[in-house]
Amino acid sequence: MTTSAQQQSPLLDATGVAKNYGAVAALRNASLSVLPGEVHALMGANGAGKSTLVKILTGAIQANAGRILIRGEARDIRSPAAGRRAGLLPVYQEPSLIPDLDVLSNLRLTGTPVEPFRAWVRELGIADLDLRDTARDIPLAVLRVLDLARALAVEPDVLLLDEMTAALPANLAEKVLEVVRRQGDAGRAVIFISHRFVEISALCDRATVLRDGETVGVVDIVPGVEEKIVELMLGTRIVKTHVAARSAAEKAVSAPARPRIAVKDLRVGTKLNDVSFDLRDGEVAGVVALEGQGQDELFAALAGSIRPSGGTIEVDGNQAKFAHPIDAIRAGIAYVPGDRSEALAMQRSVRENIALPFSAALRNWGPINMRKERDTVLGAIKRLQIDTRAQGEVQRLSGGNQQKVTIARWIAADARTILCFDPTRGIDVGTKQEIYKLLRELAGHGKSVLFYTSELEEVQRVCDRVIVIFGGRLVDIFPVEEADEPALMRAAYGLPRGAKADVGILAAPNASEPGATP
Amino acid sequence: MSTSAITPVPFGRRIKRFMADRPLVPLIILLVILVVILQILRPGIVNERWIANTIKFAIPLAILAGCQTMTMLTGGIDLSVGTVATMSAFIMATQIVNQDPAIAFLLAMMPAVLIGLVNGIGVGVFRVHPLIMTLGTSLIGTGCLQVYQRTVIASGAKIPDFLAWLGTGVTPIVGFAFPNALLLFVPLAALIVFTLARTGFGRLLYAVGDNERATRLSGVQYWQVITALYVTSSVLAGITGLLYIGLIKAPSLSLAEPLVLPSVAAAVIGGTSIFGGRGGYTGTIIGALILTVLTTLLTILQMPEGARRILFGLIVLFVTAAYLRIVEER
Repeated sequence: MTTSAQQQSPLLDATGVAKNYGAVAALRNASLSVLPGEVHALMGANGAGKSTLVKILTGAIQANAGRILIRGEARDIRSPAAGRRAGLLPVYQEPSLIPDLDVLSNLRLTGTPVEPFRAWVRELGIADLDLRDTARDIPLAVLRVLDLARALAVEPDVLLLDEMTAALPANLAEKVLEVVRRQGDAGRAVIFISHRFVEISALCDRATVLRDGETVGVVDIVPGVEEKIVELMLGTRIVKTHVAARSAAEKAVSAPARPRIAVKDLRVGTKLNDVSFDLRDGEVAGVVALEGQGQDELFAALAGSIRPSGGTIEVDGNQAKFAHPIDAIRAGIAYVPGDRSEALAMQRSVRENIALPFSAALRNWGPINMRKERDTVLGAIKRLQIDTRAQGEVQRLSGGNQQKVTIARWIAADARTILCFDPTRGIDVGTKQEIYKLLRELAGHGKSVLFYTSELEEVQRVCDRVIVIFGGRLVDIFPVEEADEPALMRAAYGLPRGAKADVGILAAPNASEPGATP
Repeated sequence: MSTSAITPVPFGRRIKRFMADRPLVPLIILLVILVVILQILRPGIVNERWIANTIKFAIPLAILAGCQTMTMLTGGIDLSVGTVATMSAFIMATQIVNQDPAIAFLLAMMPAVLIGLVNGIGVGVFRVHPLIMTLGTSLIGTGCLQVYQRTVIASGAKIPDFLAWLGTGVTPIVGFAFPNALLLFVPLAALIVFTLARTGFGRLLYAVGDNERATRLSGVQYWQVITALYVTSSVLAGITGLLYIGLIKAPSLSLAEPLVLPSVAAAVIGGTSIFGGRGGYTGTIIGALILTVLTTLLTILQMPEGARRILFGLIVLFVTAAYLRIVEER
């Protein structure tokens, strides 16, 4: 396809696109050319301008400069509706269904035909969707798949997928990739934004690489192109530091008599049943689970956001009852939610966001010691290397920097235990590395971290132990040495460790699906 | 980021950006323009006495608009301020007849604290929408006041001298007549500005209005913030009532009621978002001044009352829309 594509005229051709937010240039000179029938990867580090470019192409925001040709005709896409008419449809990182409406009403709202939608939903691996379900009650991963199905149902010429697989468990992600691949084969085009090289090499024909708001290269996806893309993305600063292997000395620290947190028979409604485990000082315990297996409820219960319906949580040997997150915070337990928009006051500054927990208690409502606060906040900003160019409003930061702010808050507050729920979702490789390093450092300083991740390869980089949850139950706990990706994948599907049957999720997409998908 | 890194931009855009960075500038310009128009229409009207008078009338509005600013920062609104101000004024004027001033003051502030507490608990604990909650307590308060009025009909009312001095008096300082109300207003305004910018409570107001869920995860207890906020708002409204009765000098059952919607308008014109999380008190003060000058302007135009209101409404809409366009152009 790539060879014949050379002669075709592009479906979409954008050149010289620029966008400023006040003094900050989000895009300076971006170009993107997509041929019919191709899956085109759009790549770049955090804040390189990928999301901005997609928003401009689909009419969500207006460019300050640049030219956009669709099928050779200059088009001025002034609104998402105009983008739709031009045949461009996005699926953004955040779910776009209106939470208070049921799925059917959401479809009507956008004039999406129902039957094709249903067919796509089934195709994408969700067998039991009730169109009368209110969007609010549907898990995040499924919502994203519904967004995709909704876009596919109107048969757009160019489909733009922004981190489509980022929050998806492996089983759904696999289906999504398969469907996206077939879009390309059908003569339509897909613009695919992702940080996962595995997906890009399996899926895409070409890649456009952005750096600091500029297109720095367009490459054909051939084996071994990853190095080149990384080089382009990072420019001169090539970073390939793996997290240092944990030294024996570091490991020796973590052998205290009493666990920091002891969870016994924890139960939350029907979602979580009889979960028991310990979290020790100085360790990072990984939680591995497919989407919606009860990990959300586990974290919420530990954070004091919801009340468990049974079981106990002991903190430093004392039984704890959390009625409000403040109770957990007082016990030194901080929660970093997976969804950044849940944790940040978007219109406020970086500083105010980081300092937010300081003002929470009634006795801290008085005058703020600005100097002390600034020092603490700057310390945290420095430690996480937050890009503070647009610090006046957190919403102007890139996703990765926003995520750093949510973590920096608890570094500044010096929390003893941090519950990190998928902190690396949809952020670039460099920032991910920094977060891994930070979590290891925290453990090195005697803190404890509970770390849920939807990317299995992260487990070995960060964790000491792995806790596997499946169907609301804790099915296995094992040391990280045994936690290679196949082992984790098997465990996440609830298969016993040590059995030899081949799961074949990553190896062969068309292999028979395990029966126990949620 | 330094401006030197940016290629030269057209003059118009530069002005826009300048104004977006300093949202007070366009408001002050508007205020000056209004005063100039007034001076052109009625040469000589803008003198020392007029300025003192304008300030006197702007202050009660500005304090009530402060209540709206603070509640609006959390995404709320306080429609009970008019009733609360009226109640405290009316109770003060009737109780002073045969009570010690201090006792009369405490009695006058009681309904303010009570209504603020009920508002706060209703909004913060039972999650009633602030609009409904404060409208409800406002109606209840008005009803109670009517009942109360019958019990004091025999004893009559009078305006305490101190309040008349504070509300209407001026003190000449270096040849300029300063309204005494500034003695109350300047420290109060400074306190509100300081609270919003430099205290934990102020931070929480912004943060709660921006993202309540995020504040909860940071350990903020919503009901505490909201209860404290609505009590503060009500107490400020009560104090405004006392000041206002000193200015108007005629206690009635709807004394401060006409100030309620202008107080919301002043906060909105001043750049406080009604959806929460954005705004400040300095803008609100200028907003209150703008509305006061505008009222004078429309009065001297000698239009029928109806036309005046229509024009007032149109100008408020226009100013707010234009201002938001300027400030949010980033």
